[in-house]
Amino acid sequence: MAKQGHQEIMRPVSNLFIASSVLAALLLNALPWEGIWLVLRPDFVAVVLLYWCTHKPHRLGIGLSWAVGILSDVNDASLFGEHALSYTVLAFGGIVLSRRIRMFDLREQTTQVFLILLATYSVYAVVHWQVNSQLAWSYFLGCLTSTLLWIPASSLFQSVRQLRVDRE
Amino acid sequence: MEGTQTFQVFNRGPSSAARLVFFAVLSLLLMFVDARFRYLESTRSLLSELVYPIQRLATLPNVLWQQTADFFVSHQNLLEENKVLHRQHETDMAQLLQWQAMLRENQQLRTLLALQQRSQFNVQFAEIVYAERDVFRRKVLINKGSAANIQEGRVVMDDKGIVGQVTRVYPWLSEVTLITEKDHAVPVQVQRNGLRSIAFGAGDTSHMALRYMPVSADIVKGDVLVTSGVDGIYPPGIPVARVELIERDAAYPFARIVCKPLGGVDQHRFLMVLSASPALPARPETMPTPARLKTKGAH
Repeated sequence: MAKQGHQEIMRPVSNLFIASSVLAALLLNALPWEGIWLVLRPDFVAVVLLYWCTHKPHRLGIGLSWAVGILSDVNDASLFGEHALSYTVLAFGGIVLSRRIRMFDLREQTTQVFLILLATYSVYAVVHWQVNSQLAWSYFLGCLTSTLLWIPASSLFQSVRQLRVDRE
Repeated sequence: MEGTQTFQVFNRGPSSAARLVFFAVLSLLLMFVDARFRYLESTRSLLSELVYPIQRLATLPNVLWQQTADFFVSHQNLLEENKVLHRQHETDMAQLLQWQAMLRENQQLRTLLALQQRSQFNVQFAEIVYAERDVFRRKVLINKGSAANIQEGRVVMDDKGIVGQVTRVYPWLSEVTLITEKDHAVPVQVQRNGLRSIAFGAGDTSHMALRYMPVSADIVKGDVLVTSGVDGIYPPGIPVARVELIERDAAYPFARIVCKPLGGVDQHRFLMVLSASPALPARPETMPTPARLKTKGAH
């Protein structure tokens, strides 16, 4: 419940903060990852979107996640709507489970986050399999690393938001 | 908890489930349109300009690293490299002169035989901006786009052989599908005996396969496959791959032939884009159908 207390102190985050975090995630995804690092690369955009969907569901919801997905599609040169569809599912999962996730502490959150990310990755994989009739199971490793990223990313965002309050 | 519950009271537009369905259907529709009709290329190229700064920024660490590495190259290394390149240049020049003589001779022979002249190709250099970032695909993006007059279907090669084909063009970038992409096909012929076939990408970086070759086909390990030029996209005579493994099992009608691409499909930073496709004669009219033949016979 201490968490709930923090939440009340936290000021509303600025749009600029949300936008820049999403941009940074797009940038991290766009870095030239290769070989095994590409397989193990967490989906930074998915983690950041999930954070905002669970903590500020009325600021960054399904529509904006979809738009970010379209940008990701252009960025990755994938089919229009592939990322968009998977991020739509991600945002929906995040919003539906947002209150429940905020009730738990970070370690307990990871199980829920893992399920949402697994659904997101599965949607992308199924679409890809339907379109290109080919599937690499190693793709799902990214789901695990993304879940592991949740803890540092989430605590980073929390501490930044805390900082903004302290400065005032 | 109070604060979160009050949100339920306010009417904030459609519910999450409705939004999910709406955007999911929209995505599926976009995917369908994009995959089937490719109507959205202009939208994509517009959005790509939005994403372009991010893409350039993402390659910055790599570029900085290359520049620092270049800066610390020793004097001795440069001298040695220069010497090697000079020697290479001299041997290449000798071969080039010979080649030019042969080219002229070939042109004359073709004129004599009233054959179509082989087209000349201009070469543009391009640098790989980044390689595929998707586990599934074999694609690279190069730093020349429609601004540098690159068009879809242009052939991309390095100094050893074919690397791929330009499949999508943005203003400043273009996307190259590598020949190792799954189901990407290159019409080839065996350099030794002229046997024609089609080399398919296998989906990993280092292999291609010749499909539908009969068990009795005259192919041996080590054969070099060059482009045959029958498709009108790949110019003839450019090396593609070397045959690595042949499995002839009488139980199957076709032999299993695995080959290794000669071009450094995933090694180089600089590639060459061939700028003109050969002008092919118009497709011949389709043969009259048997039904029409029959009526003609009746008259």
